[in-house]
Amino acid sequence: MSMMRKQFVQTTERALEKNEKLALVLGDISVFGFRKAFEKFPDRVYNIGILEQTTISVAAGMAKTGLIPVVHTIAPFLVERAFEQLKDDFCYQQLGGNFVSVGASYDYAALGCTHHCPGDVEILRALPGMEIVVPGSAGEFDMLFNQAFDNGRPTYYRLSERENAATHPVQFGKAHIIKKGNEATIVAVGPALQAVLDAVGERDVTILYYTTVAPFDAETFKANCTSSRIILCEPYYQGGLASEISEAMGRRPHTIDFIGVPKKFLTHYGKAEEHDAALGLTAKDIRRRIENIIDRPFPKTIQDKEIMQ
Amino acid sequence: MVGLRKIILEAAHHAGEGHVPSALSVLDILWVLYDKILNIDPKNPNHPSRDRFILSKGHASLGLYAVLGTKEFFPLSEIREFGKYNSRLGGHPDTTKVPGAEASTGSLGHGFPMSVGVALALKIQKSSSKVFTLIGDGESNEGSIWEAALLAAHHRLNNLICIVDYNHSTDRALSVGKLEKKFEAFDWETRSINGHNQADIFKALSTPSERPVAVIAETIKGYGIKSMENNPEWHHRSPKKEELRSFLEEIRAV
Repeated sequence: MSMMRKQFVQTTERALEKNEKLALVLGDISVFGFRKAFEKFPDRVYNIGILEQTTISVAAGMAKTGLIPVVHTIAPFLVERAFEQLKDDFCYQQLGGNFVSVGASYDYAALGCTHHCPGDVEILRALPGMEIVVPGSAGEFDMLFNQAFDNGRPTYYRLSERENAATHPVQFGKAHIIKKGNEATIVAVGPALQAVLDAVGERDVTILYYTTVAPFDAETFKANCTSSRIILCEPYYQGGLASEISEAMGRRPHTIDFIGVPKKFLTHYGKAEEHDAALGLTAKDIRRRIENIIDRPFPKTIQDKEIMQ
Repeated sequence: MVGLRKIILEAAHHAGEGHVPSALSVLDILWVLYDKILNIDPKNPNHPSRDRFILSKGHASLGLYAVLGTKEFFPLSEIREFGKYNSRLGGHPDTTKVPGAEASTGSLGHGFPMSVGVALALKIQKSSSKVFTLIGDGESNEGSIWEAALLAAHHRLNNLICIVDYNHSTDRALSVGKLEKKFEAFDWETRSINGHNQADIFKALSTPSERPVAVIAETIKGYGIKSMENNPEWHHRSPKKEELRSFLEEIRAV
């Protein structure tokens, strides 16, 4: 079991203890991990079965009746299969709930495309009112969940097998400034931070670290974006926050590079690290792309063909 | 019932919008629920100890609004605003707007599973409130209906009653056949009734059970207006002025 998933069990057990409104609904995963919770809170911990659409509606019914549901299963089944239930039953009805996935992007590389989910953040961003949390470590999950689980809004937590080496003192809804510099502004999301830190070394760049993707903290970005050369580095489909950043830049001319999972089916198996290498997402690849955007002259006009190529 | 039918027909006429036959199909059931069964106070519609009713087939909203308005959950005159830009009363109910509407439904196969969640939560909270939901036979094509049926029986939610408005509208597409047998196979108690006989409806909804109960109500889509009954042309159409006049005469004559 990954560090984040173990942390999810501990954090939820503590929350069940402290808040008698909390109800945990498992889609037939992590059942062994939660064995103590099943014993201790038999009325509020359910292995509901393998029926994701109904599970989300049932959770909405619980939320209507004063409980705080925490629904947990593998990302594609939670987000993609039950998408309309998240839209109608939670977002449209303005109900609070927590949706905690495992199997981010290609964490389960060897299980194939049915079990990959690099599209979760992008499709959930289409839902008005859905909050999206992408912790970069087990400790960060604990902080973020405790800050947000009872806020009365629907919140998605994307747990991953991939973790950053360090835990940062993150706040729900706020970006965390890792460092400030002048050559470029790098926006790193969740576990994508590690490769960015390994890539930048001593380069004089700003790194803004986001663990809440929605709502997007434009204020911190606007106040700390030190360069018109921007690199967006995300652990899911590339360019997820592109429109938010573009909007935050307003009329300031800027150039931006999107680093993330390309939009194609990853039909190989193996290990996640092998996919990183094949997709150009290693620290070395990222360093090359950072240098490229820093070293290239800034395009002067839209007709500047040499630069635009 | 004449008054309720009149409200529905006039609202659809004014709005140029509405699923009139579906509203007429469920009207007797809704009236018995709100008049005799549900423990709910229109002046305090969110009281935690109330019984709940979720209209899973949200397109029958006009029937729900006619009953809620008559029972003074909101001013009855508001129904004249049905379907208008600033109205609280839309083609499908919005729980954040309509007093007494327990869920925002419209996409089929959502309200029933939500009712299961409400029933489960009430059990968790040791509440004795009951949950009623109304689905259609067309809606019973949705897989989530049967997911929810499986789940409710597994947790023995005997505080849940699911009424099926069986007006056979899906016979032409994907027939759901003998629904009693299907619900029985899912370990529900089933009761078959004439969905326009209010004494039958009352009995079926007021008899307790050890298991979740499915009430299979045989109904007629467009009940009470001969040219509308089981006529697919009327599924989503509003009566014009002349039609309204003749329909009102017809319902008054009964």
